[in-house]
Amino acid sequence: MALLEVMNVGIAFGGLQAVSQLDIKLEKGHLYGLIGPNGAGKTTVFNLLTGVYRPTEGDIILDEKNITGKSPAKINQAGIARTFQNIRLFGEMSVLDNVKIGLHNQIKYSAFTGIFRLPGFKEKEQEMDYKALKLLKIFDLDTVAQSPASSLPYGKQRKLEIARALATNPKLLLLDEPAAGMNPSESEELMNTIKFVQKEFDVAILLIEHDMNFVMGICEHIYVLEYGRIIAQGNGESIRNNPRVIAAYLGGD
Amino acid sequence: MNAIKNLKPSTCNNLINYGMVLVFYIVVQILVNAGVLNNSMQGMLVPICTYVVLAVSLNLTVGILGELSLGHAGFMSVGAFSGAIFWMISGSQMSPVVGFTLAIMIGGIFAGIFGALIGIPVLRLRGDYLAIVTLAFGEIIKNLLNAIYVGWDSNGFHFSMKDVSALGLDESGEVIVNGAIGITGMPKASTFTAGTILVIITLFVILNLITSRAGRAIMSIRDNRIAAEATGINITKYKLMAFIISASFAGMAGVLYALNFSTLAAKKFDYNTSILVLVFVVLGGIGNIRGSIIAATVLYVLPELLRELQDYRMLIYAVVLIAMMIFNQSPQVLAWRSNFVSKISRSGIAARFIKQKRQSEEV
Repeated sequence: MALLEVMNVGIAFGGLQAVSQLDIKLEKGHLYGLIGPNGAGKTTVFNLLTGVYRPTEGDIILDEKNITGKSPAKINQAGIARTFQNIRLFGEMSVLDNVKIGLHNQIKYSAFTGIFRLPGFKEKEQEMDYKALKLLKIFDLDTVAQSPASSLPYGKQRKLEIARALATNPKLLLLDEPAAGMNPSESEELMNTIKFVQKEFDVAILLIEHDMNFVMGICEHIYVLEYGRIIAQGNGESIRNNPRVIAAYLGGD
Repeated sequence: MNAIKNLKPSTCNNLINYGMVLVFYIVVQILVNAGVLNNSMQGMLVPICTYVVLAVSLNLTVGILGELSLGHAGFMSVGAFSGAIFWMISGSQMSPVVGFTLAIMIGGIFAGIFGALIGIPVLRLRGDYLAIVTLAFGEIIKNLLNAIYVGWDSNGFHFSMKDVSALGLDESGEVIVNGAIGITGMPKASTFTAGTILVIITLFVILNLITSRAGRAIMSIRDNRIAAEATGINITKYKLMAFIISASFAGMAGVLYALNFSTLAAKKFDYNTSILVLVFVVLGGIGNIRGSIIAATVLYVLPELLRELQDYRMLIYAVVLIAMMIFNQSPQVLAWRSNFVSKISRSGIAARFIKQKRQSEEV
C-alpha cells in the first residue's frame, strides 16, 4: 500500500477546472518531483493535499486513512507537512520558537501546566529545545536560534521553513520551490540537505521546483502537470525526452 | 548547549516586570505613610491597578493574539456587576479577604463565560470586522446592564427588564441592581494592596502563558495564520483561549474597580473605556507587556497631575501621547532602544545578574 494515494482528485473554482483527474501514488521514503509550466496548478495540488482547498471530486488517502476534506491542522497531524512558495514564517518569533511550534503536537503539556509552571514544564521545554536545536543544526541555523525569523536572509528563511515542517514529524513533506532565490552553490547545498533529510527522517518528499538541474538531480520520480492534468510521469531521463513535456514547456502542436 | 542558556533573558525580563510593580508598591506605601500623597492621589491608586490589569489583559488579545477587540469594557462590566452582586448578597458578611477574593473570582469566571459565549461566534471574523463586532457586543452588554433590575429575597434571585415593582420581591427582599441607577450603597473593599496583588497575578498568568507552549501557539496565529494551521495548530482553540483569559482578567479588574466605589452604574463601562484601554496598549507598544503597565499608569495619572496647569493640560497630554507613540513604535527608536539595552546588559547589572543566576542554577 502506498503512503499517499490521490485518486481522481479535481477542483473547480466556479467554472474554472483548476485540477482534474489527478492520480498520484507516493511510496514511503522516496523523493518525488512535481513540475510544470507556470499556472499549471502545482501549488493548487499542494493546497489540495494539505486541506487548504477541499477537492470537488476524488479521494486522498494517507497511510490507509481518508483525509479528504479534513482541516489543514488535522492533515498536518495525520502526517503531511509543507512549506510555502511565498515564505510563511512566524516572523516576530525567534528561529528556535518557529521550530518549537512545529513540535507543538509532538511534545505536549497543558496550558495550565505552562501557566503555573507545574512539574513537567521544565523537562518538556528542555526536550523541545534539544530537539529543535538538533533540527536547526542540520540546516546550519543553530547559531541564529535566538534571532527573529524575519531577520534571516532569504535562503535561510527557506531552510527554516523546512526545519519547522520536519519538526511536525511528517510522513510526507511537501516542498514548494525550496530552491527559489538561491544561487547555484546554495541550491547544491540544499539538494544534499534534502537527500540527507529524506534518509535521516525516512520521510517521503514531494517537491515543486523550476530549477530542472535540481529536480533531475534528486527526484527519483517526476510528475509533470499541465493545465491541471498529469501529462507525464517517470524518472528524470524519460521526462527529459518526453515529447509532450517538451511541447508543454517550449510550445508546439 | 549555549543556545539554551541564552533563553534565560526572557525569564529575567519577566522578573523586571514583577520587580517594577513591587518597587512602585513600596514607594507608594512609603509616600502614603509619610503623608506626601494627598487624598485625591490616594484615590487614584486602585484605578491605576484596574487599568494596568485591563491594559495587560487587552494586550493578550491585541498584541499576542493579534486581533483588535473593542469590547474590553463590556467584559469589565460583566465582571464588575457579577462580583458586586455577590458582594452585596453575601461577600461583605464574610471575612474581608475571603469575600473579596471570592468576588474577584466570580467576576473573572462570569466575564470568562461571556468571553467564551461572545468569542465562539465572533472569532470567526478577523481584523476590522472583529473590532466592529466586539465594539457592538460591548455596547449591548452595557445597555442590557442599564436596563436590568435584580432583586434578592428569601426565594433567591429575581430578574426584570421593566422596573423594580416587576421584581415581585417579598418583605425580606432588597433591590440590588436598580436599572440605570445600578448598584448603590456598597461597602467598599478594594485596597491598593489588593490591586497590586491582582496586578501581580495577572502578570504571572499572562507572562507565563506567553512563554509556554500555548502562548507560542497563540503568537503563531498572529504571525501567520495559514502557516500555523499547516503546522498543526488548532486555531480556534488557541484564539478562544486567549480571548477567554483576556476577558476573564478584564472581569477581575472590573470587580476591583466596582468595589472601590459605593455605587456602580453600567454607564461607566462604555465605548470610551474600551478605547482608553486600547490607547494604553497601543502607546505602550503592542505586544509589549511592560509597556502596557507603564503606559496605563502614566497616562492615567497624567491628566490628574496636570490639572493645575488648566488650559495647557490637554496640550501636554497630547504631546506625551505623541512622544510615547514615537518611543514605542518608530523603527529607528526601537532599534536604538534594543542597541541601548544590549549595551547595558553586556556591561552592566543585568549581565551580572544573569551570570549569578546561571551559576546558582548550575550548582
